[in-house]
Amino acid sequence: MAQYFHSVTLDKERCKGCTNCIKRCPTEAIRVRAGKAKIINERCIDCGECIRVCPYHAKKAITDPFDVIFSFKYKVALPAPSLYGQFKNIYDINVILTGLKRLGFDDVFEVAKAAEVVTLATKHLIAGNKVQKPAISSACPVIIRLIEVKYPNLIDNVVPIKSPMEVAARMAKRIISKNTGLPQKEIGVFFITPCAAKMTSTKAPMGSDCSFVDGVISMSEVYYKMIHDINKITHPENLSTAGMKGISWAKSGGESFALGDERAIAVDGIHNVIKVLEEMEDDKISDIDYVELQACTGGCVGGPLTVENNFIAKNRIMRIARMAPNIDLVTRFDDLCNWDISWTNPITYKPILNLDNDMVKAMQKMKEMENIYNSLPGLDCGSCGAPSCRALAEDIVRGFATETDCIFKLREQVRMLAREMMELEGRMPPPFRKDE
Amino acid sequence: MMISLHYEVDGQDFALAGEASSNVKKVLKQLGVKPDIIRRVAIAMYEGEMNMVIHANGGIADVEITPSKIVIIMQDTGPGIEDIELAMKEGYSTAPDAIREMGFGAGMGLPNIKKYTDQLQIISEVGKGTRLEMTIFVK
Ligand SMILES: Nc1ncnc2c1ncn2[C@@H]1O[C@H](COP(=O)(O)OP(=O)(O)OP(=O)(O)O)[C@@H](O)[C@H]1O
Ligand code: SF4
Ligand SMILES: [Mg+2]
Repeated sequence: MAQYFHSVTLDKERCKGCTNCIKRCPTEAIRVRAGKAKIINERCIDCGECIRVCPYHAKKAITDPFDVIFSFKYKVALPAPSLYGQFKNIYDINVILTGLKRLGFDDVFEVAKAAEVVTLATKHLIAGNKVQKPAISSACPVIIRLIEVKYPNLIDNVVPIKSPMEVAARMAKRIISKNTGLPQKEIGVFFITPCAAKMTSTKAPMGSDCSFVDGVISMSEVYYKMIHDINKITHPENLSTAGMKGISWAKSGGESFALGDERAIAVDGIHNVIKVLEEMEDDKISDIDYVELQACTGGCVGGPLTVENNFIAKNRIMRIARMAPNIDLVTRFDDLCNWDISWTNPITYKPILNLDNDMVKAMQKMKEMENIYNSLPGLDCGSCGAPSCRALAEDIVRGFATETDCIFKLREQVRMLAREMMELEGRMPPPFRKDE
Repeated sequence: MMISLHYEVDGQDFALAGEASSNVKKVLKQLGVKPDIIRRVAIAMYEGEMNMVIHANGGIADVEITPSKIVIIMQDTGPGIEDIELAMKEGYSTAPDAIREMGFGAGMGLPNIKKYTDQLQIISEVGKGTRLEMTIFVK
């Protein structure tokens, strides 16, 4: 798949070319060009901030249409645990899973279950000092992408384990293939996603060559399909096997709770995450073993494709988790450690900040950039289509913009031009000049 | 070709300490300097900055970047260091309790600067001030 597949895309019709998204993008990946926002592929980390802030709903997440499931003989839903927090007055996971099956799935496999396996593997890595501390969770693809492009020094801190979604896909295919006798390729596994980033990570997998997920379906789409009939389910099937720890992964702090390590911190919201990564990069965070980082406020319950307010969803998740069995993971590690859950390909630095590959040239550009920046008004108004005067100066030296993209610069030039014209106009041909 | 950066490090504002080093970090990333070099510069410079804030009521930092090396000069007009050799020892600190309570004063700053730089020169005079010159080679 293309290196720069992105789930976050622009609906050109709706875009008004305003400055909301360019200002809020954490990697300065958006510019306004010809009246429309333009996403710079190399820089986009699919965090979904622009989806949240766009007042015209012009940013959207591309996911697979629900009907893709029907191209497989045996269809399995992989619900992210955040789905459990979406439904008012429903605290029984079996009702939700039964509701999912009624949409046309033959079976369900809870991602919460796979999350327990990831927790277990993470515990072993930390205890065995097999990952640099503080270890960084690899569950949220936005964070991995952010580290790849901006924090190369932290690559070794990332837990090299596949995400719960990928682990779930592998487990589901194998277990169901064994139970039904169907070949794995006839079993379609479909992730019910709270975000765009998970979709991107199936198209451009991190830490492995290929994704086992056959399709990614938006949580809000599934929600609206389920909402009509879910209250009519009086005799739900007994489908849920996830424990309290796996379910807790839906919200910020859940991974740390599951890990049971008191030297763990949970950080949510992309701008908070950036602050912590900056500090980690400078070795300022000591006496911490594990750092749970999630791009969305509140964790996955705050994902851009969720429906419920993330605070309410978080509360519901906590109540649901409390009713679930508190499975002791450690005793069952042996059954589970056989799943291929480790990364096969290490992630690598993909710099986006460098002005040039040649340092001398980069230095020249930097000097030029400083000069340009000093001549700009410093208002960060965004009218030029760049998020700040500094970003415009950078775009200019990179050759993506010109100085007159700044309206103040343009006005200056127009004024100069007008003055020249006045002067020219004042010049009469020699026969008509007053004296000389 | 050389890029020169200049920073005034405010001795009154703890919250701002570290701003100069994070700015330098960003510049080095834009110049495409290798990650491990950036890390060493950032840590050494941060420690120097903190020392000026905690022990010397602020100072100035100058950074000179060339394709072959990065030189960081930090100067203050604080109390100076009486015994530099002693100050360089791991665990030696004169930080008051209030500072220790904030998690500083482990006496690891100067040893870390030494560890992360290729060359380190310290000149200090009691009552006059301190000057640190750190060099990190780029290649
Ligand atoms: N700029 C300075 N001016 C005056 N004294 C200094 C200066 N820098 C360091 N010192 C002295 O050297 C000692 C050791 O410095 P060092 O940075 O190693 O440890 P620290 O600052 O006390 O603790 P830490 O850096 O671990 O927070 C300090 O406690 C202080 O007495
Ligand atoms: S926090 Fe969860 S929902 Fe949000 S981007 Fe990361 S994985 Fe997706
Ligand atoms: Mg110090």
